[in-house]
Amino acid sequence: MSVTGTSFGSGDADETVRVRFMVNGRKTVCEVAPRDTLLDCLRDRLELTGTHAGCEMGTCAACLVQLDGRAVHACLMFAVQADGARIDTIEGLTESGAIADLQAEFHRRNALQCGFCTPGMLISAHELLSHNAVPSRETIRDALSGNYCRCTGYEAIVDAIAAVAAARAARKTRDHSS
Amino acid sequence: MKARAFSYLRARTTEEALAAHGQQGEDARFIAGGQSLVPTLALRLQAPKLLIDITHIAELRGVRREGEFLRIGALTRHCETLSEPLIGEFAPLLRAAAPFIAHPAIRNRGTLGGSIALADPASEFPAVVLALDAEIEIVGFAGHRRVRAADFFVGLFETALAPGELVTAVHVPLFKANQKIAFDELARRRGDYALVGCGMIATLDGAKIETIRIAFFAVGNVPTRARHAEDVLNGQALDAAAIATAQAALGQDIAPPESDEVPSAMRLHLARVLLGRLLGRIGEGA
Repeated sequence: MSVTGTSFGSGDADETVRVRFMVNGRKTVCEVAPRDTLLDCLRDRLELTGTHAGCEMGTCAACLVQLDGRAVHACLMFAVQADGARIDTIEGLTESGAIADLQAEFHRRNALQCGFCTPGMLISAHELLSHNAVPSRETIRDALSGNYCRCTGYEAIVDAIAAVAAARAARKTRDHSS
Repeated sequence: MKARAFSYLRARTTEEALAAHGQQGEDARFIAGGQSLVPTLALRLQAPKLLIDITHIAELRGVRREGEFLRIGALTRHCETLSEPLIGEFAPLLRAAAPFIAHPAIRNRGTLGGSIALADPASEFPAVVLALDAEIEIVGFAGHRRVRAADFFVGLFETALAPGELVTAVHVPLFKANQKIAFDELARRRGDYALVGCGMIATLDGAKIETIRIAFFAVGNVPTRARHAEDVLNGQALDAAAIATAQAALGQDIAPPESDEVPSAMRLHLARVLLGRLLGRIGEGA
């Protein structure tokens, strides 16, 4: 069954819907139950387990992905809602190199302990730096306010993001002046 | 954590959405941004048999001037409230409130219409539209109607929406050159639900307040106008004495419920603090 069609409201547990979307640049078709979240679909069907399942109620942000270029909680939408959308997960952003400098800086500064929250942190940081080239520490903290890290402080994480912002800005200035 | 099984319909028009709801009755829910609805489904606080996705209905999108109002489509996302120039120019109180709503990723999905229709007593936009004397545009089988914000929020999570009706837009009176706005809230942590919050819009006559509209949220079951505080300010110069009088009068406007975490007296105290701060901001350069 496609996502648009005649009204059907049986609510049967075995009902499935075919969803088509672009995941990490690849056309993807997935047969899902309407109640499967995007998180379920990414992890269980597409085996993209870099998107972490934490609270599953929009509180921890370990499940952030980019939907049409914007950070969203994969646990707060159903896969059927994403039909036709472009989704980039932490795996896609890693492959493309878009966040390589952020990842290196997190690693260098040990801006993580268990690492469970890290994919979500990186997605939030990536979105922040794409809108705000050199954010203040206060702005960085605000951007991370929805991401919970329960085993380290946030200090090294904020440091890492600030360092990447400064390095990107310096590189840009260098490129312009050369 | 998994929602009960349901069926899903992506509606293309309001007619299609209304018809599907009509057919399914009480077992249907509309979904837009879903940032409040999806957690309640995951926790099984609700278990509809049909979810009707309204996010692809063109009529519910867009921001435009219509006479003396700015029509803001129900599907306007909170992040768009922050970026849309027309909202910044003609409805700056909405813009001022938007950064306080949850966190960036939630603001990327949550919608104005959803926030209004849910009518969470601790959420920002219901109080803002009340302060702005905005009108809520609704569609149902009988056609479109507009309800003033003052008549829209009727109880705890209860609105003037009849079952199966949809919020289609919010109409905000255009912001004028002699007006000033202020918004703030007090929360234990950034992005948490407010302990108390307030939005206000003042029409100034030189150094005097001609009229002011003040709305509080998280102080009771519905967003609440501070009419006594407004009355003592209308027609007055906004000096320290006027602010103190307004803060005293606030006790007649709100009666926060008792709770173990936040006693009523504490919430009233915080509301007075907030009122003083925001009036101070209105007074700066007035």
